[in-house]
Amino acid sequence: MQYLVSVITATAGMATDSEMAAIDVFNEHLQAGGHWVFAGGLAEPSNATVIDNRGEAPIFTDGPFVESKEHLAGFWVIEAADLDVAIKLATEGSKACNRKVEVRPFL
Amino acid sequence: MSSVDVGEAISQTHHEEWARVVASLTRRFGDLDVAEEAAAEAFATAVERWTAQGLPANPGAWLTTTANRKAIDRIRREHKRGDKQKEAQILYQGDPPEPLGAIDDDRLRLIFTCCHPALALESRVALTLRLVGGLTVAEIARAFLVQESTVGQRITRAKAKIKATRIPYRVPCNEDLPARVSGVLAVLFLVFNEGYLATGSDTDPLRHELSAEAIRLTRLIRALMPADGEVAGLLALMLLIEARSGARISASGELIRLGEQDRASWDATLVAEGHRLVRERLAAGVAPGRYQILAAINAVHTSARSVDDTDWSQVLALYDQLVRLDRSPIVALNRAIAVAELDGPEVALPAVDLLEHELAGYHAYHATRADLLRRLGRDREARLAYERAVELAGNTAERAALTRRRDQLR
Repeated sequence: MQYLVSVITATAGMATDSEMAAIDVFNEHLQAGGHWVFAGGLAEPSNATVIDNRGEAPIFTDGPFVESKEHLAGFWVIEAADLDVAIKLATEGSKACNRKVEVRPFL
Repeated sequence: MSSVDVGEAISQTHHEEWARVVASLTRRFGDLDVAEEAAAEAFATAVERWTAQGLPANPGAWLTTTANRKAIDRIRREHKRGDKQKEAQILYQGDPPEPLGAIDDDRLRLIFTCCHPALALESRVALTLRLVGGLTVAEIARAFLVQESTVGQRITRAKAKIKATRIPYRVPCNEDLPARVSGVLAVLFLVFNEGYLATGSDTDPLRHELSAEAIRLTRLIRALMPADGEVAGLLALMLLIEARSGARISASGELIRLGEQDRASWDATLVAEGHRLVRERLAAGVAPGRYQILAAINAVHTSARSVDDTDWSQVLALYDQLVRLDRSPIVALNRAIAVAELDGPEVALPAVDLLEHELAGYHAYHATRADLLRRLGRDREARLAYERAVELAGNTAERAALTRRRDQLR
């Protein structure tokens, strides 16, 4: 089963060097355990463009689709047998990237 | 067997077998919904059949067999309808091989699943009472003074989350066990406390059925995990508190404090059992956890023939030990109460005042302050503190007692 592990942050700015190093170690651990599917960091939410093409012509809007104090800074997609395994990995991930994470299963 | 006896035998079987039936069905069919409904149907059939024909030789086995058949019927029906074909196929695969946790009992798997930390606390409570305790949705709703539909929704949502996120039906591994056990005990202690000091303005101050259910479930976990010190500690704590419940409410419906209770009306059997458990834990020679220390404090209280006989230095030593484990301001408040008995209210009051920032919204903080101020002869301040405590108290009997003490200072 696959789970999305979203990295949630309230602070602007990218990961520090020591955070990046810890994330690398964690990623290797995911790969070694067969849990790795995909991961990525995201640019600041101010760089987002919202597109709505449900009408006659597409509408483009600058900025994130919701304004909130916290935003998505990055994510992992992991493979795990059950939620306990996913939570254990996400707990390590939160420590590595030094941010809150959310675990949510794919359908 | 008379019909009264049959009724009693059925309700006893329900108590003894419900969790086992739900747990074994969940293991076999991998679905809490199927297990719950099949167990409920089997018990309903039992009530009908046993009332007419008497109890079978082995009621537990009869229930398991009947419930299994009901579950298979239901899965076949749904399979035929085709809408849950995929799901039914998963169920038919039987037990996937999985690593066994520290202890292997289906009921423990059920308890750990119901108390999983990914579920909201109120869902854990409702799910545990329904699936492990066998209470109906209506009974749970009544006990917590919420709408039946609210309880129903909590249980449905929790079951849906267990399924969608794949919360495993498993006893946690040794490494995770202490944290997960403490999560289970927190749910049981919450149920117990709600029975022991019920909140709500239009309700009985004691809800015995809740505290009794919490004790029953803790006994079950104790039987399944006899070596766990905190499980023994929580059971002892509940027993020593429950032993005093008969002495806690006055004829006029006021809460009677420990110091003023008629100790002869405490339940000696429960006290003895609680003391036995505390002694067992002391003999184990392992550093005690939170519940064991709280049980030991209650053992000191229940060993004293009168409040003046209480070994307050022992109580204080235990609170010092607890403070090291649990930095909560409520523990600090209770420690201050012991300090007041040992060193006097003038020593305790400054320690209590330090907690204002954290406990300003907690009635017991104001009640404790009021009591200390009264003992120091500072009546005007004491009255104001009682006033605030009355406003904040959720329990009807407690409010009545605080109101009377306030009025005595007029």
